[in-house]
Amino acid sequence: MAVVHPAPRSALLEEALGPGGPIIVFDHVQLAFDDKIILRDVSFTLKTGHTKIFLGASGAGKSTILRLILGLLKPDGGQIFVNGERVDDMSEDNLMAVRGDLGMVFQEGALFDSLSVRENVGYKLDEELNWVRSDADARVQEVLGFVGLGEFIDRRPSELSGGQRRRVAIARAMAAKPRILLYDEPTTGLDPITAVTVDEEIIKLRDLEGVSSILVTHQLRDAFFVAEHTAVRQGQDIEFPKASPEKCQEAEFIMLRDGLIAFEGNAGELRNAAQTDAYIEAFLS
Amino acid sequence: MGGGLVEWLKAALLEVQEYVGMLSLTARGIVSRPFYYRDVVQQFDAIGVGSLTVVLLTGLFTGMVLALQSGTTLDAFGARSMVGRLVSASIVKELGPVLTGLMVAGRVGSGIAAELGSMMVTDQIAALRALGTDPIRKLVVPRVLAGLVMVPVLTVIASAVGIVGGWIVTVFVLRVASSVYWNSVVEGLYIQDVWMGLIKPFFLGFAIVSIGCHVGLRTTGGTQGVGRATTNAVVASSVAVIAVDYFVTQLLIVLIY
Ligand SMILES: Nc1ncnc2c1ncn2[C@@H]1O[C@H](COP(=O)(O)OP(=O)(O)OP(=O)(O)O)[C@@H](O)[C@H]1O
Ligand SMILES: [Mg+2]
Repeated sequence: MAVVHPAPRSALLEEALGPGGPIIVFDHVQLAFDDKIILRDVSFTLKTGHTKIFLGASGAGKSTILRLILGLLKPDGGQIFVNGERVDDMSEDNLMAVRGDLGMVFQEGALFDSLSVRENVGYKLDEELNWVRSDADARVQEVLGFVGLGEFIDRRPSELSGGQRRRVAIARAMAAKPRILLYDEPTTGLDPITAVTVDEEIIKLRDLEGVSSILVTHQLRDAFFVAEHTAVRQGQDIEFPKASPEKCQEAEFIMLRDGLIAFEGNAGELRNAAQTDAYIEAFLS
Repeated sequence: MGGGLVEWLKAALLEVQEYVGMLSLTARGIVSRPFYYRDVVQQFDAIGVGSLTVVLLTGLFTGMVLALQSGTTLDAFGARSMVGRLVSASIVKELGPVLTGLMVAGRVGSGIAAELGSMMVTDQIAALRALGTDPIRKLVVPRVLAGLVMVPVLTVIASAVGIVGGWIVTVFVLRVASSVYWNSVVEGLYIQDVWMGLIKPFFLGFAIVSIGCHVGLRTTGGTQGVGRATTNAVVASSVAVIAVDYFVTQLLIVLIY
């Protein structure tokens, strides 16, 4: 089995999936566990460099959608395209190449208990990409610096707080520089200050590295912050001013309800919808 | 009632199908890349070296009690000098492999199921796959290889220690001369018995470890599920040790005797 990282693209595909191209597409996706229907009919497109923010009640199927993108689950119906490849009927071997371009922050972190923070964050670099030790060490230092956990490098996950574990999970997901990042409730359980640093990290990856992102969250504060701010380099520093109205269009909210998309639109539209839709209003308040 | 039986049969068939599926993926993982050498070395250590103490103690006391028991039985025929024969034949052919298998099932089978089970319920297995690693290659292949190699090695050690244990009791408790014991040991051993003692543990080791991996990777239902998986793995792999032992013995009797 050849493991290719990242998935190679032809020049044509590279152009088609360039900025604004469809990097993740769901087309009439359906999924049920036993008799329980989770996704009835879900279609959406994530464009390269943009952000989709998924809202929805607990059990609505948000994490399930991220698992479908990674090919960890197969849908019962519909089609899913990631990075120009159809993944819903792809074999596990071929999926490995697609996953080379995906980073996932699991809801509970899912750090490897038996490995140190250093080994967790560098896992993909060491085990799958066979980076030279010194390069991998440098990259691990760098991403741990981003999430402010440089001094915790030799700890075990069990010696970290919940929020620190979450940030290590983010560092692990971004270490191999994937073009798509999936965040499953990355700020849940964090204090507001740490949450903002995580939000800024998401914005930075999107606006400075061109990463396309899907963010699942219950924290509306963080959702709106990510949707309505941008990252700009100011000499050595990076600042996070309010985004222009055009830039705000690039972040879209999707509200899942009863297996369907109950709302899709940008931050302004979501606020407007709350005026008329009692369910959305209840969600936003 | 009939519906329940059909459901049960369906579930059992599905379980067997998944087990066989895992085995074929494991076979492919052994012969093709990527291959995780470091994990293989680690598992050889964890399964082999880690089980050494328990296997040494089991072997020693089994040999000792065998000598004691057969000593009193043989006295009835005035054949105390034949103790070595009984000890070596029963240990090398049967007790060494089976008792080692049972000990490893208790220690390693449960450990594997608990480890993989908790990785399963905390999404670590999903995280491995998301990071581009095939959990079969990373977790199952190293354990199966370690089981295949280390259980036979442990069995040889257990049998050897058992024979030494028999010697201790024979010489110091039964008061039989050392040379008489050793001559009797050698007389009692046929080359077929040695082969049987060497071949059986491959099958036992394979069964224990593959069952532990299978049960672990099917764990659902949080920490409770991990507890259930651990128990199931010990029960299933212990029964498998006894059953596989019977069938392989039958097969070897046909093939080599
Ligand atoms: N492996 C599974 N087997 C059976 N049901 C499952 C499985 N995984 C998820 N479910 C069910 O699917 C539904 C959607 O789960 P999912 O994890 O996607 O919810 P979620 O929207 O992420 O919720 P939360 O906000 O609580 O994380 C839930 O009702 C859950 O019980
Ligand atoms: Mg979830």
